[in-house]
Amino acid sequence: MAETGRLSAPSLAPSWVREHPVTALRIFIIVTVLLAWEGLARSGWLYRDVVPSLVAIGHALYETLADPTFYVHLYATFYEIAIGMAIGGVAGLAVGILIGGSKLMQRAYEPFLYYLGPCPKIIFFPVMIMWFGVGPGSKIAMGAISCFFPVALNVAGGMREIDKVLIRVGRSFRANTWQMVTKIYMPAMRHPIINGLRLGLGVCLIGTLLAETKLSNRGIGFLVIQAYTLFNMPQMYSLLIVLFVIAIGANALIGRLGGLDSIRRS
Amino acid sequence: MTRPVPFSQRRYFPAVLGLGSFAAFVIAVEFLVYADILNRFIIPPPSDVIGAFPRVIMEEHVLARFTQTALEALAASVLVTIFGVAGGVLLYQFTLLRRATETWVAAIAAAPLVLMYPLYLVIFGRNATTIVMMGFTAGLAPIILKTLEGLSGTRRVLINVGRSFNLTRSQQFWKILFPAALPTIFVGMRLGLIFALINIVGVEYLINFGGLGQLINELAERYDLAGTYAAICFVILVSIIVFALTERLERWLRPAG
Repeated sequence: MAETGRLSAPSLAPSWVREHPVTALRIFIIVTVLLAWEGLARSGWLYRDVVPSLVAIGHALYETLADPTFYVHLYATFYEIAIGMAIGGVAGLAVGILIGGSKLMQRAYEPFLYYLGPCPKIIFFPVMIMWFGVGPGSKIAMGAISCFFPVALNVAGGMREIDKVLIRVGRSFRANTWQMVTKIYMPAMRHPIINGLRLGLGVCLIGTLLAETKLSNRGIGFLVIQAYTLFNMPQMYSLLIVLFVIAIGANALIGRLGGLDSIRRS
Repeated sequence: MTRPVPFSQRRYFPAVLGLGSFAAFVIAVEFLVYADILNRFIIPPPSDVIGAFPRVIMEEHVLARFTQTALEALAASVLVTIFGVAGGVLLYQFTLLRRATETWVAAIAAAPLVLMYPLYLVIFGRNATTIVMMGFTAGLAPIILKTLEGLSGTRRVLINVGRSFNLTRSQQFWKILFPAALPTIFVGMRLGLIFALINIVGVEYLINFGGLGQLINELAERYDLAGTYAAICFVILVSIIVFALTERLERWLRPAG
């Protein structure tokens, strides 16, 4: 029988592209998107400045990062997020341990967490303004509420997954509640806690920044809404780029610190 | 004769405990407000909030607002489903594209996309399109990832059965891959709907336009405390109902075992 082998035409692609096709495709996509953006910016099809040129965005990004007041706003947002995360994280951890540690508590109270978790938290902002004022307090509260639910749900789930042998070992050593939490529960739940904090950070960031866009006179959220009010589109794009880089970077950092990458690989 | 089961060990005891605790909390707040321990100008008595429900429903046209939010959520969900499923299928069919962009899609899913709402305001204006597009943007990434996960998770034996029947590429997709991936795709659709709904209500509140989100903003700006709390409770109730319904539907779609 005649051999019907596949005809192999000599590849026109450079050897680097053949060796690194994924990287080459990524570069191709990025370059295409940037070129399309620049083409759209110069075409005049959209209102002027709605899609500013890459040069204008790059210049705005440089100006934003070189402006010392940007760091004052960045610090304000960072401060609110850090305190919000600390309050929401600790509360979520405590409630998660309480609920996950007992079948009765879990069946009685977990549905509240489970069903309240996906509600849009920003609707609580008017109440937070009344309780904590228009200053950083209400933004911290928004961050804390947002962060609380994913942490509590993850920790409650993590508590149920703890190896019963570890709990029995702790009890056989007559460990008190504090010792059980710090020596048994928390080390055994490292991954669910980190996962909860990672999810919590994302929603804490959103809650805090949205609150800043609604009512504030400082913070990155305020800068974004100010750029909108002044129709300074290049600055708005530059701020959004900075925000996304910070959010995705922080998310990846927490995952890496918690060793989540190693779990996925193993 | 069998001994009666103690009340604390009955099946419904946890639910009674949970709801009872909530009722006790509400009664405690009522008492603390009337005792002037809690400031009634910050926290209205729960009885006032309950009393405000009929007023908010009748005078603030809650049904019309609910319909508007529901329509926005529906429009966003339809868009998310069409583009999300298509995106997932595209990534499944082209392995190189998948390897190049899957981490990007995951990063977008984790990014605070809702912060782009001022940008959307500029592009689409202060109208329902901005709200729908915001919901669409927020819900897109999860459904792409879930569609991809569902298609990739199709059991090898099913694919081999399709091959043994000499199915064409299109038949293989519609008869084997898609039905097998449907439960996972529905999980993605549910996530997409929830993300869209959260963002829709949030943006309605932030830009003071649309349905239920705007209602909360308006009542808060009027300093109608009881009304604001009642509207928030109403939105929570709607979210819980949508969440529970979609969850039930997902369980129904999931294959047994």
